[in-house]
Amino acid sequence: MDLSEIIGIAWDGVTNNKLRSILTMLGVIIGVAAVIMVISVSAGTEANIAAQIENLGTNLLFVTQNFTAGGPRNRTNETQNSLYYPDAAAIATIPGITGVETERNASETVQYGDNTVDSVAVIGTTADFPTVRDSPIGEGRFIAQSDLDQKATVAVLGSTLAQNLFGSTDPIDQKVIVGNFQMTVIGVLAPRGVVGGTDYDARIYLPITTVFQRYTPSQFARVIGDRINTIVVQVADQSQMDNVILQIQLLLAQRHNLSIDSLPFTIRTQSDVITTQTATTSAFGTLLAAVAAVSLVVGGIGIMNIMLVSVTERTREIGVRQAIGATPFDIRWQFLAEALMLSLTGGLLGVLVGVGGSLIFNATGIASTVVVPGSIVLAFASAAAVGIFFGYYPANTAAQLDPIDALHYE
Amino acid sequence: MTSEKKIIEINDLTKVYQMGEEVSVTALDHINLEINEGEFVSIMGPSGSGKSTLMNIVGCLDHPTSGQYILDGEDVSHLNKVQTALIRNNKIGFVFQSYNLLARATALHNVILPMIYSRFKKTTWAEREKRAREALEMVGLGKRLSHLPKELSGGQQQRVAIARALINDPVLILADEPTGNLDSRSGEEILELLHTLHQRGRTIVMVTHDPETAVHADRVLHVRDGRIAKDETNHNGVLSVIP
Repeated sequence: MDLSEIIGIAWDGVTNNKLRSILTMLGVIIGVAAVIMVISVSAGTEANIAAQIENLGTNLLFVTQNFTAGGPRNRTNETQNSLYYPDAAAIATIPGITGVETERNASETVQYGDNTVDSVAVIGTTADFPTVRDSPIGEGRFIAQSDLDQKATVAVLGSTLAQNLFGSTDPIDQKVIVGNFQMTVIGVLAPRGVVGGTDYDARIYLPITTVFQRYTPSQFARVIGDRINTIVVQVADQSQMDNVILQIQLLLAQRHNLSIDSLPFTIRTQSDVITTQTATTSAFGTLLAAVAAVSLVVGGIGIMNIMLVSVTERTREIGVRQAIGATPFDIRWQFLAEALMLSLTGGLLGVLVGVGGSLIFNATGIASTVVVPGSIVLAFASAAAVGIFFGYYPANTAAQLDPIDALHYE
Repeated sequence: MTSEKKIIEINDLTKVYQMGEEVSVTALDHINLEINEGEFVSIMGPSGSGKSTLMNIVGCLDHPTSGQYILDGEDVSHLNKVQTALIRNNKIGFVFQSYNLLARATALHNVILPMIYSRFKKTTWAEREKRAREALEMVGLGKRLSHLPKELSGGQQQRVAIARALINDPVLILADEPTGNLDSRSGEEILELLHTLHQRGRTIVMVTHDPETAVHADRVLHVRDGRIAKDETNHNGVLSVIP
């Protein structure tokens, strides 16, 4: 028997009972489509996260204090192990750095005339914010070093917040009430949108020194003072990244009177952050893909089931074929080819459904998806493997039938 | 019509079915048999006589427990499954009581089928169709090529089966109750067709329980209790025992 004959016989078997074949294929179709769609949704999410982190700015380093250091039991080391606002200023003097930004956040009601917006994120920040965070000023000016030095009562508004408070009025030089204090609006940021889950446009920006002084609850102020959590450093040149990291480590070691090997601070690059974030998403995606793969196996069991039924139904036919000279090899191939045809046709339809579904998801905005070519190959190959694996047993059962028994099967 | 070339040579052949630990049934008991090329032999016997077992072994569907079966000069007593399949394909043409055509295949395709499984005679599709068409024309079904079995009468289906049996030019036609499912007129036609094949030099072994059918052959073997009880020649309806 050559290949065209095997395919012909298999096609005949598949088309003989069309409804049954379609229902059998459905398991594989769903399995393959699910694998492709899950992978493309998770790849889309990863791409989103990466894009968002890229969007924070470029060539960034994040200096953070380790969680393990500090705490009540470590009180003697607390000062040594924590980051403070002067650390940020000191880091800014390292050559090759284009900006240093650090924040202290609060949440306050902001009021202008009769307009009030509750629970506005108050971001105490430094003069380099527009550069480091890639969020340029729209009108007016941003907070200057002199504002920081003087703990000036000035504020920069996010564009949405400005719109909500002032409407068509020009907000520059107007007074707004932030919590209990009056601030003078000196600028409005250009619209930035939502980046990494944060709406840059709905926030209000104050000099960080002003936030230390006025917006830190008094019961904490004495303890935490001008302590900060994260210093964001922008490096001028990507190739200088490692050198700058070392410089920062040396500087912090010196300032905190620690050895460079036991520094309680972590310096991560943007790509480190992206890797961590995407690793989480991708682990979740892998889990979902595994669940989808299980449905593919269930589809395979469906094929096996129907092939066993088919072998039983066609016992007489098998006997006739054996009598006229079909070898066990021929019979095995016939049924294996039929199982493969079911699984591969199902796989092909599953690829169409999976890719189509992913594109529809993307187009309709249900989820952002990226169809991964590898996932198509993987899913299709799995379908073929499922066909061979679950088709072999029924095919072998058919091949091992005794011709006399098969011929007399009623 | 007959020559001295032996198509079937069975020496001291025994078939024992092991039914359980202790119980065994001897279906064929030290049988010896020779059939020459061009003979038309019918095997008769009641059910349980061992004639079905004999037919299965002659048809290479089953193996003997002991003894020797030589088909067309080749010892086929202990061949494996693949080898026996190839022998059946190449040397034996089966005709069954219930025709055993593939229900979903046309008459033409049913006749083509043995050629598909052939390992010795490589043929193109065009050749196969041509030969199958010729075979069907020979059995008088030249106008029914694309009919499905269910669209044909019993007699016509059996003719398709005979065409299928002939297609690989076997050394032996093995017919198991070929008229058993047919009315007497169709049955006569099938027997006439077998006669024609016999006259053209085919070797035919026909298993039947019906004496009227059996006398169409020129030699009648009576099987009883696993032995050949009587071996008769038939001269125009007059049976005489071969010593």
